Amino acid sequence: MSETTHAEHPKDYSGAKLGMWLFLFTEVLLFGGLFILYAVYLQRYPEGFKLGGDQLNVWFGGGNTLVLLTSSLSVAMAITALQRGRVRQAANLVGVTVIMALWFLVNKFFEWSAKIHHGIYPSSGHLKEMPGGEQVFFNIYYLTTGLHGIHVLVGMFVMTWVLILIRKGKVNPDDYVTLENAGLYWHLVDLIWIFIFPLYYLIL
Amino acid sequence: MNQTTSSPLQRGFWEATGGRRGIGAWIFSTDHKRIGLLYFYSTLLFFCVGALLGLALRLELFSPGADFFTPQQYNALFTLHGVVMIFLFIIPGIPAAFGNLVMPIQIGAEDVAFPRLNLLSWWLYAIGAILALTSLFTAGGAPDTGWTFYVPFSVRTTTNVSLATVAVFIIGFSGILTGLNFLVTIHRMRAPGMTWWRIPLFTWSLYATAWVQVLATPVLGITVLLIFAERIVGSGLFDPTRGGDPIMYQHLFWIYSHPAVYIMILPGMGVITDIIPVFARKPVFGYKAIAISSLAIAGAGSVVWAHHMTTSGMSDTAVLVFSLLTFLVAIPSAVKVFNWVATLYKGSISLDPPLLFALSFIFLFSIGGLTGLVLGAAATDVHVHDTYFVVGHFHFVMFGGTGFAYIAAMHYWLPKIYGRMYNRKAAVWGWALMTFGFIVLYMSMMIVGMEGMPRRYYDYLPKFTFWNQLSTIGSWILACGLIVIFVNIFRGLFRGKPAGDNPWGGASLEWQTSSPPPLENFDYEPEVTHGPYDFKRGCP
Repeated sequence: MSETTHAEHPKDYSGAKLGMWLFLFTEVLLFGGLFILYAVYLQRYPEGFKLGGDQLNVWFGGGNTLVLLTSSLSVAMAITALQRGRVRQAANLVGVTVIMALWFLVNKFFEWSAKIHHGIYPSSGHLKEMPGGEQVFFNIYYLTTGLHGIHVLVGMFVMTWVLILIRKGKVNPDDYVTLENAGLYWHLVDLIWIFIFPLYYLIL
Repeated sequence: MNQTTSSPLQRGFWEATGGRRGIGAWIFSTDHKRIGLLYFYSTLLFFCVGALLGLALRLELFSPGADFFTPQQYNALFTLHGVVMIFLFIIPGIPAAFGNLVMPIQIGAEDVAFPRLNLLSWWLYAIGAILALTSLFTAGGAPDTGWTFYVPFSVRTTTNVSLATVAVFIIGFSGILTGLNFLVTIHRMRAPGMTWWRIPLFTWSLYATAWVQVLATPVLGITVLLIFAERIVGSGLFDPTRGGDPIMYQHLFWIYSHPAVYIMILPGMGVITDIIPVFARKPVFGYKAIAISSLAIAGAGSVVWAHHMTTSGMSDTAVLVFSLLTFLVAIPSAVKVFNWVATLYKGSISLDPPLLFALSFIFLFSIGGLTGLVLGAAATDVHVHDTYFVVGHFHFVMFGGTGFAYIAAMHYWLPKIYGRMYNRKAAVWGWALMTFGFIVLYMSMMIVGMEGMPRRYYDYLPKFTFWNQLSTIGSWILACGLIVIFVNIFRGLFRGKPAGDNPWGGASLEWQTSSPPPLENFDYEPEVTHGPYDFKRGCP
């Protein structure tokens, strides 16, 4: 009766995925709090939100949407590749995902820098002089995209870790639930952005 | 099947240290029983800390005017009492401590679904607790906002609210992971024959609790993150001068914190439901109704949050809707109470300590539940809002409910975990003192609240003196009861007589394995052929 007996039990793949799905629920609710605030304040300040949205750069937002969608595609392809036994291709595709995540963050950095350069950031004097609606818009914008950015960063590290596991052969065509779960997480990060983009950049 | 261990005690999982020594055998072990005991002792420690803080509050209120503390210290004391009791004791108390100890055995599993994640949960809890304690002594001193961290005060106060909110976030994450782990365990790890309708009702209550933990706690996470952001980067989302709305904070806070009281009470109800049929020697009355009522409480309890905000200035329509929804929660709660009483009816009752605590639970929880209806009705709520009536009600439900269930669970399951029995007569004395002291302590609060004494005040009018003094005396009696209970139970667990595998004659799986259980809980793979309260077939 030593702890090594644990290793003899087969891995429960359905259990692992069930756990991941539950975790994704919690992520949705975490962002849900911010989306509730968005909904209430949008209803209160439709004008301010429109004026705020006009000041965001659609090209940055749209470009990042494309980047994230492509990265979701590459991770989905990586799973299929690994299922079919093409380990090297799978590793390359996960690598592409990591690069896309980095690209997204670099874009975000320039976008934020430009805004901050214009004096628009929480607690800046310039922002405090704006009408209430626009202040609220930019404050939620920074909090939501900031929290999302942290998730992209985490996802990048997770993908890098999975890449190392694939290289070491610990994630392989017979045991790839870790890659599947990392992919699920990545799709969620993508999906949240799909909601953020129209709500902030395309608002009319 | 039921060979009692008369010879020197088997040591079961206590001997399986996994090759580690000393404290390492505990804080690095992934055995659910060891993690359960880690949680048990940590929550018990914080219960004692919180109780001492509560005694200090009562001491200050013994007479009007300044007695022992400054007003600022008093504010810090009640904030700390709330934060410690709620986030460090009552929320993890029964689910994480007794859930970990008992639930996998009850469903015939050898561990939880993710043992390493389980250990991580405890580590996060410990880190959160350390941060919470650190916030008392660093950067501005102990938070003085009350456990609810209401804006605008929590944003403006110079005390160390920032670190406290980080601590709450981390503890919340720990709770989420425990809930997630339990859900997957209950779905995937049940022994052959353990169908959904054969799961013991304690595990059913944990299942409902786990859903609330997973779905509600993230909202607390984002809420305290927002407080943190308001303080650090000045985001101003709750600041009216900057277009924000403080009531939105209250909504977000209670969207979690009201379901959280069901995280606190549901596992307690589960404990009581498991205890009563065993000591009435009768199958539980209305098994399916009790299981479903747990889910119903979890569901209905998630949509009643704004009844905390009747006087906040939100719309009257919202007040009425939330008042109606609040009444709905009374229905599944009453289903449970009636089923417990119906189980006792014509049972062959043996008045052992676990049952005595369970009976106190029913009595005190019923008072707490009925006074909850007074608060749920909008008109009366406006009258007693923020008075000691609320404090009394809350303690009747939480302490009279969950606190008594926690102690009932100690008397019921710890002999299984330790393999030794405490002195039953001393336990009865402790129970009597505790219940009597409890009623004196909190009933006085309700009365003085009805007379108009506001809560969280450092001082009070001379006309409230009598009830306050009675309440403080009650707190001393209660403390004596707790001392008797703890001294007795720990003497018993370490030096008492061997308890045997099934001291109470239970029919669920945890009583079919040895005491203490072996490392992976069973020496054979259990196969379940009957329900958990089938005493005819369950314990020959």
